[in-house]
Amino acid sequence: MKVRILYFASFRDAAGRPEEVREVPPGTRISDLWEILAREIPAFGRFPRMPPAAVNRLSTVAFHTLEDGDEVAYLPPVAGG
Amino acid sequence: MNGKYLTHDPIDLAAFLAEARPSDGAVCLFVGVVRNESEGEETVAIEYQAYEEMAELELAHVVASVSHEWPGAFVRICHRVGRLSVGEPSVAILVTAPHRDTAFAACRLAIEWLKETVPIWKREIRPDGSGEWVEPKSPSLLSEGRTPLSDTLFNPKWRQEDLP
Repeated sequence: MKVRILYFASFRDAAGRPEEVREVPPGTRISDLWEILAREIPAFGRFPRMPPAAVNRLSTVAFHTLEDGDEVAYLPPVAGG
Repeated sequence: MNGKYLTHDPIDLAAFLAEARPSDGAVCLFVGVVRNESEGEETVAIEYQAYEEMAELELAHVVASVSHEWPGAFVRICHRVGRLSVGEPSVAILVTAPHRDTAFAACRLAIEWLKETVPIWKREIRPDGSGEWVEPKSPSLLSEGRTPLSDTLFNPKWRQEDLP
């Protein structure tokens, strides 16, 4: 199944791109996907566990299981206002 | 592309002040402005970046939550994204209410909640063009894995179509 991953701020700089579409096996949790990405992007490795994340624009928990077509965003510490 | 709560254009503060209703005795306008210094270093500009679709939902929820917390308050929020120079407003929060207790408290609540929950990031740009993404010292509500918006969907008190 395919998921669309969005990157922002420091994560976008580290990933070198604003987004990507990734093929993942059914049953992949959002935390599993983070581990895959952290192996490819060294800067992500500084987070001992998954940062806050959103699936389809709703913040969620690490064991959230992904579905085909999901929009995923891992969120660096927010700093609005 | 400008949304209901986010804009790529300069914020029109005069339009905000025109929102007071005849029943309002108090108008409270908070404006966040880009300042020229941070942590002892000079700032010439700030770049704001947002997860725009999610930020629109979260800002709607800030408005709904604050209005629920402070009945009688009218709340309006606008946050600008893009590159802003020193002195330019980055966020405007208007609260109007019959009396000032509500207006002050709701306005304060709105900015604090916005800072905790809305997926917006900022990069402070130095005179040499360099700049780091700001990382707040304390964890936000967002880092708890749930935000007021998520709570709403699990909370039968509000339905999503009730959001402004």
